Amino acid sequence: VCVRVCVRVCVCACVCVCACVCVCVCVCVCVCSSVPQPKDDFQEELVIRPLHSGDIYASFQFRTLWETDFMRGNKVSHYRLFPKSLGQVISKFSVRELHISFTQGYWRTMQWGQPFLPSPPGAELWVWFQDSVTDVDGTWKELTNVLSGIFCASLNFIDSTNTVQPSASFKPLGIGNVTDHRFLRYATLPREIVCTENLTPWKKLLPCGSKAGLAVLLKSEKLFHSSFHSQAVHIRPVCQDWQCKTTSWELRQTLNVVFDLHTPGQGKLEWSLFKMFSRTLTEACPLASSSKIYIDITDDPQGEQFEVSPATHLLSQAMVLGDRRTFSVYDLTQQITFGTVRSLNLLIRWKSRDMLRPLLHAERYVAGYGLQTGEIHTLMYNNHPYRSFPVLLLDSVPWYLRLYIHTLTVTSKGKDNKPSYIHYQPSKDRVRPHLLEMLVQLPPNSVTEVTVQFERALLKWTEYTPDPNHGFYVGSSVISSLVPSIVAMDTNSTREQPLFSSFFPCKEESSYFMRVYTEPLLVNLPTPDFSMPYNVICLTCTVVAVGYGSLYNLLTRSFQIEEPSPGLAKRIANIIRKMRGVPPL
Amino acid sequence: IIFYIFSTLYFQLSFSPLVPQENAGQFFSSGHTNNWAVLVCTSRFWFNYRHVANTLSVYRSVKRLGIPDSHIVLMLADDMACNHRNPKPATVFSHKNMELNVYGDDVEVDYRGYEVTVENFLRVLTGRLPPSTPRSKRLLSDDRSNILIYLTGHGGNGFLKFQDSEEISNVELADAFEQMWQKRRYNELLFIIDTCQGASMYERFYSPNLMALASSQVGEDSLSHQPDLAIGVHLMDRYTFYLLEFLEDIHPSSKANMNDLFKVCPKSQCVSTPGHRTDLFLRDPGSALITDFFGSVRKVEITMETINLTEPIQQRQKETYSYVDQLPVSEIIHQKPKQKDWHPPDGFILGLWTLILLVFFKTYGMKHLKHIF
Repeated sequence: VCVRVCVRVCVCACVCVCACVCVCVCVCVCVCSSVPQPKDDFQEELVIRPLHSGDIYASFQFRTLWETDFMRGNKVSHYRLFPKSLGQVISKFSVRELHISFTQGYWRTMQWGQPFLPSPPGAELWVWFQDSVTDVDGTWKELTNVLSGIFCASLNFIDSTNTVQPSASFKPLGIGNVTDHRFLRYATLPREIVCTENLTPWKKLLPCGSKAGLAVLLKSEKLFHSSFHSQAVHIRPVCQDWQCKTTSWELRQTLNVVFDLHTPGQGKLEWSLFKMFSRTLTEACPLASSSKIYIDITDDPQGEQFEVSPATHLLSQAMVLGDRRTFSVYDLTQQITFGTVRSLNLLIRWKSRDMLRPLLHAERYVAGYGLQTGEIHTLMYNNHPYRSFPVLLLDSVPWYLRLYIHTLTVTSKGKDNKPSYIHYQPSKDRVRPHLLEMLVQLPPNSVTEVTVQFERALLKWTEYTPDPNHGFYVGSSVISSLVPSIVAMDTNSTREQPLFSSFFPCKEESSYFMRVYTEPLLVNLPTPDFSMPYNVICLTCTVVAVGYGSLYNLLTRSFQIEEPSPGLAKRIANIIRKMRGVPPL
Repeated sequence: IIFYIFSTLYFQLSFSPLVPQENAGQFFSSGHTNNWAVLVCTSRFWFNYRHVANTLSVYRSVKRLGIPDSHIVLMLADDMACNHRNPKPATVFSHKNMELNVYGDDVEVDYRGYEVTVENFLRVLTGRLPPSTPRSKRLLSDDRSNILIYLTGHGGNGFLKFQDSEEISNVELADAFEQMWQKRRYNELLFIIDTCQGASMYERFYSPNLMALASSQVGEDSLSHQPDLAIGVHLMDRYTFYLLEFLEDIHPSSKANMNDLFKVCPKSQCVSTPGHRTDLFLRDPGSALITDFFGSVRKVEITMETINLTEPIQQRQKETYSYVDQLPVSEIIHQKPKQKDWHPPDGFILGLWTLILLVFFKTYGMKHLKHIF
């Protein structure tokens, strides 16, 4: 037991009537246990990058680091900055890594470049479990139900029909020795809607909530009126220092949003925090150790084409996405940033911007006609002039599109390109989806096309959704690759780096890891006409009535001969004859 | 206990200058200790915007009067706020000219989209949910809970349509409430329904302590209130519109009672005739406050005990860790295919082989058996 003795000596000079000097000495003794309290640390940052098309890209990252150990039987009960709901989820379900994202809209790589953190449309969840878990599928099902309650999303629709176990993609992003893919599960819900009810619990996980710091800007009316909105939660163990003997848990909450140039009305290339978020900043989160805003000014460091106000002299350079970019930095923990008006409203004005062509991007579409067969085409573009690099393509197709794998072709520049690794797991009706993973080498400056034919299945009538004519979604393909970088990347992972450049661990200097998601597909399945039961009943009843009625008449009707009724004169004559007693005419 | 009564009497005295005995009687008259609300919108598609706006306006009133999100089960069958047809995303308006955004900034929807089905609704009411259902999706009421149930959508004589694909009948609903009564899941229950021919839905109730309100009688249609030309659809139904206006005047300490609620939306405003049913309710409706169902009773216990928090003891790891290579190309190429576990042959294969063997021995006779064994 160590005893820390802190001694405060305060000397106060008080001039009183008798002019005496008083000296006070206070001694405080603090007794602590053998190990200091686990430290936790919170950082927040916002990166603003104006895009070539006039849109503006804002990326929020909130990171909480906590030096604790959820595993090995420790019961953690004292939470400070780390949210308790997520801590309990990690310890109860023995989660090693958890990545969940909710996205509305599709990231247009050719117009906007590469995002800092990619995500597919809809909801995506992938989890690495600890190797102490015996029943991974059962734990996965319970975990999805609990997360659907935490995030107010329909994650309980994740079951065995849309969960896959990738064999080579989605390696753990945190530290650890276990890479047995038995403990990995991946699922997407491309139909999932993202709205304020998902943002509300996400904001409640932050230490300052939405009351102070950068989270004040997160107002749903502006965030959802955008071209792209994505919010994610990433939990993983990371190294505490460069020696990496101890781990700490990292929780990253990220929110990426792209605001459209033309939506607010005027089409000028002028953006401000107030125009984007309808709020300005007044203070940093008091619990944050660092709170910064970065504005990408790489294309114009002199400030001729580009103007940022209020001006700042803080500049920083960072290696992000294989390129060295320059940023203006605003430090919100310094009171001087807010100026005399005590509020910060950044104004960004520019005239034009160069477009950097992304090195890798992908597209996917369905070809064919009719409701019986079709073809899925995936195109991968390698825009590097002379380097080729490998990509790992992961495709997860639901069971009701029956893929014919013998028709799978991979062609680059017109010639056949044989993948060096293929892993295919066929689907089982109503149990498992298709899983296709391929490692393909993309030749420089080329388009690689992957095609596979499929047949559409007829579902049972109870399996159709209430709006079946909308179509059925097929989740995005995931393309993971090591892209050659323009400048040498920094492999020292624990140097002080801005959060947006330190997400993917970097092992070698000449390339960086990137993930690209394609569009989800919307496929029409042969749908019965659900209004038909009423029509069928009417038609059947009519046929039965006409048929039975005719038969009944034929069987039971008997004919009698009847005299036609006589004319009026004859009838009067008959009446007179009856009166006379004479037989009628 | 005496101290508790005196403190509450003091509180009551500070609010209204009534006789202390009358106040105490009023304070203890209701008998419930917590409040729950189950708010359901059963319609899908953009042109049913008004049903979502109905449910959200009741949600807003109920939250404003004190019921927390953890005690509200909100079920919305479709998403109107972030629908691509909504000209103002993340908003749902109840008054034209976009005066009041009932969606707000702090909404938590528990069941949404395809999850709103008759089965899930009945499971929430009766409590028969799978064990992994999170708490926010459960109705954890007890025998001292007052529950408000609000349903809206398209209905007919004796049924309510869920999402254009299934219906719930009034008999099923009455039986669900009887199950709740038998399992002591409510103290008093207020049932409000805003659909065409809504009164047919409460005709079959037979459990005690139920009070029901409907927006129209059997044979009448409930009409919608006003369209907004910018959004392009009708924003609210008439009954819920006037109900919202009535509730906006209620505050948590209001003394308005159920008789005022029955007078909401007379025929002149609603065109249809709202109905109500109070014969199963054991108290006099005039003594039941609006806040008994729409507001919340919070039971707060103040304790002076101190609890010692123990500090966790940590063990240091001595091994070195490292990050994993994200795309180890050579490892992937040389990855051996997974050894599939051997499963015994399927029944079909076994049957097929038995058939083949039988045919073989039948044809060639049993004497060949000795050559094999």
